[in-house]
Amino acid sequence: MTLHRDSLAQLSAKLAKKEVSSVELTRHYLARIEAQQAALNAFITVDAEKSLAQAAAADARIAKAGAAPLTGIPIAHKDLFCAKGWRTTCGSKILSNFIAPYDAHVIEQFDRAGAVLLGKTNMDEFAMGSSNENSAFGPVRNPWDTAAVPGGSSGGSAAAVAAMLAPAATGTDTGGSIRQPASFTGVSGLRPTYGRVSRYGMVAFASSLDQGGVLARSAEDMALVLGVMAGYDERDSTCIDRPKDNYVGGLGNGVKGLRIGLPKEYFASGLSQDVAGPIHAAIEEYRRLGATVVEVSLPNQALSVPVYYVLAPAEASSNLSRYDGVRYGHRTDQPGDLMQLYKKTRAEGFGPEVKRRIMIGAYVLSHGYYDAYYLKAQKIRRLIAGDFAQAFTRCDLIMGPAAPSVAYDLGSKTTDPVRMYLDDLYTIPINLAGLPGMSIPCGFGDKGRPVGLQIVGNYFDEARMLCAAHAFQQATDWHARMPEAFK
Amino acid sequence: MTWEVVIGLETHTQLTTASKIFSGSSTQFGAAPNSQASAVDLAMPGTLPVLNKGAVERAIRFGLAVGGTIAATSIFARKNYFYPDLPKGYQISQFELPVVVGGSLAFMVGDEEKRVNLTRAHLEEDAGKLLHEEFHGRSGVDLNRAGTPLLEIVSEPEMRSAAEAVAYAKALHSLVRWIGICDGNMQEGSFRCDANVSVRRPGAPLGTRCEIKNLNSFRFLEKAIEYEVRRQVELIEGGGKVVQETRLYDPDRGETRAMRSKEDAQDYRYFPDPDLLPLAITPQWIDAVKAGMPELPEVARTRLGATLPSLSFHEVALLTASLDTLEFFDDTVSRVEEFLVGPGVGKAVANWVVGELAAKLNGGNLTIDRSPVSPAQVAKLIQRVTDGTISNRGAKSVFADLWDHAGEVDQSIERLDLQQISDAGAIEATIDQVLAANAKQVDDYRAGKEKAFNSLVGQVMKATKGQANPAQVNEILRRKLAG
Repeated sequence: MTLHRDSLAQLSAKLAKKEVSSVELTRHYLARIEAQQAALNAFITVDAEKSLAQAAAADARIAKAGAAPLTGIPIAHKDLFCAKGWRTTCGSKILSNFIAPYDAHVIEQFDRAGAVLLGKTNMDEFAMGSSNENSAFGPVRNPWDTAAVPGGSSGGSAAAVAAMLAPAATGTDTGGSIRQPASFTGVSGLRPTYGRVSRYGMVAFASSLDQGGVLARSAEDMALVLGVMAGYDERDSTCIDRPKDNYVGGLGNGVKGLRIGLPKEYFASGLSQDVAGPIHAAIEEYRRLGATVVEVSLPNQALSVPVYYVLAPAEASSNLSRYDGVRYGHRTDQPGDLMQLYKKTRAEGFGPEVKRRIMIGAYVLSHGYYDAYYLKAQKIRRLIAGDFAQAFTRCDLIMGPAAPSVAYDLGSKTTDPVRMYLDDLYTIPINLAGLPGMSIPCGFGDKGRPVGLQIVGNYFDEARMLCAAHAFQQATDWHARMPEAFK
Repeated sequence: MTWEVVIGLETHTQLTTASKIFSGSSTQFGAAPNSQASAVDLAMPGTLPVLNKGAVERAIRFGLAVGGTIAATSIFARKNYFYPDLPKGYQISQFELPVVVGGSLAFMVGDEEKRVNLTRAHLEEDAGKLLHEEFHGRSGVDLNRAGTPLLEIVSEPEMRSAAEAVAYAKALHSLVRWIGICDGNMQEGSFRCDANVSVRRPGAPLGTRCEIKNLNSFRFLEKAIEYEVRRQVELIEGGGKVVQETRLYDPDRGETRAMRSKEDAQDYRYFPDPDLLPLAITPQWIDAVKAGMPELPEVARTRLGATLPSLSFHEVALLTASLDTLEFFDDTVSRVEEFLVGPGVGKAVANWVVGELAAKLNGGNLTIDRSPVSPAQVAKLIQRVTDGTISNRGAKSVFADLWDHAGEVDQSIERLDLQQISDAGAIEATIDQVLAANAKQVDDYRAGKEKAFNSLVGQVMKATKGQANPAQVNEILRRKLAG
């Protein structure tokens, strides 16, 4: 069966025409997940019984009332979306036994649409990482080359979509955690505007930066998924009450007259030549399709990484305080007294990268350092957002690389965390500004590993971004390439 | 040598919202442990706080009541520390920008008015409770209280004695109940004080202070401060130094004990909570809250003093002891004014409220909202005295009857057979009988012995079981004797 090669849109049509049932489709993907788990380790939890029950319900719904676009479509979820009755680990030992007692808003949205929860994907622990090597459940491998990392932190979702173990998957993006793995695995990934998707039920890393989004194999498929995921939720005070656009309806509008801004800082030294080539070629393609190109500047871009590595750990150090062994999750066997309960539980439950960021965060918030670090970083954050506001007076979308290089080999950067942090320089500014960002495949670099083109829009301009990505994907076939071993 | 005592109070008032400050769980007191703890209160992964507007509205009421500044923008911050009754590992509070800044509170200390300035009032969530008794060698956590809304009210260090601190606390307690933001139930912990106490030589800079935590009765507040002042003075006079620390009051031993010193003070790593937007309060919102505010106690005292100059200061204070008392009074006055106009109305009603009613309430340990006798009934009683149906003494009997048995005033008068006889014919007939039976007194009176008249009145009253209208009896008797 080659159903998995179909796009989500094609599968949706087949379900509506009853050419395939959701149960058949779900079985097919479950079988593929099982077959590839050893090679990729893309999933943390699979529960065939639960998924198939949902699929059967979706089939009944299609028989009775017809199919909505996502009815019966299996979707994989990053293992930080709480789904009632499902283990939700966040890639951490400290939540390795945590069964969520409630649904995230995102999960509710998919349930309402009749989608099937296909499984929970692997990730860097608490979404902290860029290579998926920080998971308590082992690293994920890149389907294009299993010696390579898939990127992170949504590495399991990216690998699952790239290897066609799911037609689409959710992810979250705090500093690039959707766009960078999308770039590394040759899939399309969208991080919406901060506030577009509810964070309720999404395990928090850094609250002011986290945003749920989607990884899929085309802009069209992302448009279908975003239309379901997005929406106002009063349980998230930072969620914005604003009607969603018709993401699918606007796909065919083309890019004639579109003004593309290229930030000169994104093409400076530090960008690998094997990445620069495909990016420039993609920009050329846009020109050919009728877009115009202007150079813009993001003068404070270089400060993004340091600012991010003050603010995100600060918020994380506080967000992760609830994992104390008292109410749920891992608890040490040898608590002794209260202080030992806390210390041992957390020492045993958290991995080294999480501990590092908790310590950085506690430090920058501590008395005497707060002004110099946290407050200063907040001020620079506003400057960075101002840079984008300035740039968007001259262009409609900003384009550039999503990552400075193609996927690197497993283990090659684990000893130097700062070097890995610096690789986030193209994605982090977007999170600091709260903007929507996307990565779509645009070619291949060294060792035949994929390259992603980053597209950044103004606030709530997801429809325009999806339209631009769709135009590119109608004219090229980078997004349709499949890793040989997983065809 | 004399010492000056310097006291500032931080008071945690639990707000009267039905649900918690950041979740929809009930705030009802006394439920089974953890039966009012939702996923948000348990700090389940991925849960988020949503601000309860009712808590903000109550903070605005307070700000208006004390004449403070209500911040157009205030910020919720996280206070980070680990404790099992704090499920998130941080308390959501307000730090740099509180919802209310400034304001003041006036109250009486003995016969003198004192006004204390307030530093600020901020919104925050309460923690849960640890239960140590039910579990052998272990502790239980009850998160029902976690997330209950609190308004922490901080005074300037302007009180100079334990008595002043208690008077301030009582005035604040009365005010928060008056404006309906706190039920004031101290046994349930709805109103609890932390006292910052220091001593100094008059005119000297502030001394080192100690904070006494969690004083949940006025008596403990007074005793704890008195003990602490004694302790600090003795310490300094003995050549020692006060160490800045947090202390706990032990009511059994009547002393304060060190809990933790400043050196162990935790770094709470406050920062703005990224899960909550800045709290914006518009002038329109403030106006809407203002429109729903009751008359404030200070305003009511001024009004009563001006309109009823015959009321004593003490009576005014009793009538404004609570909003319910004032409303009872005003309601009764307006009902009486339907049939009687004049400066005596307020005084007559006040006599009832601070007299019979207050005595009965005290005797039954009741608050006025639980009074079995209503303003309508008191007004009716005043009406029946005024129209001569019953005497003042009879009215008191009726009041006592209504207190114990529900019913109408007129039915009670009838049941107790207290109607005055105002029927001139009936009184005349009785007088005729009395005159016929007491020829000697009649002769005495006519001979100029005024005392004999009183005796005859007594006989008439006796014959009517005291129910004859005395004025009428006097008048008819004089006429008959003259005739």
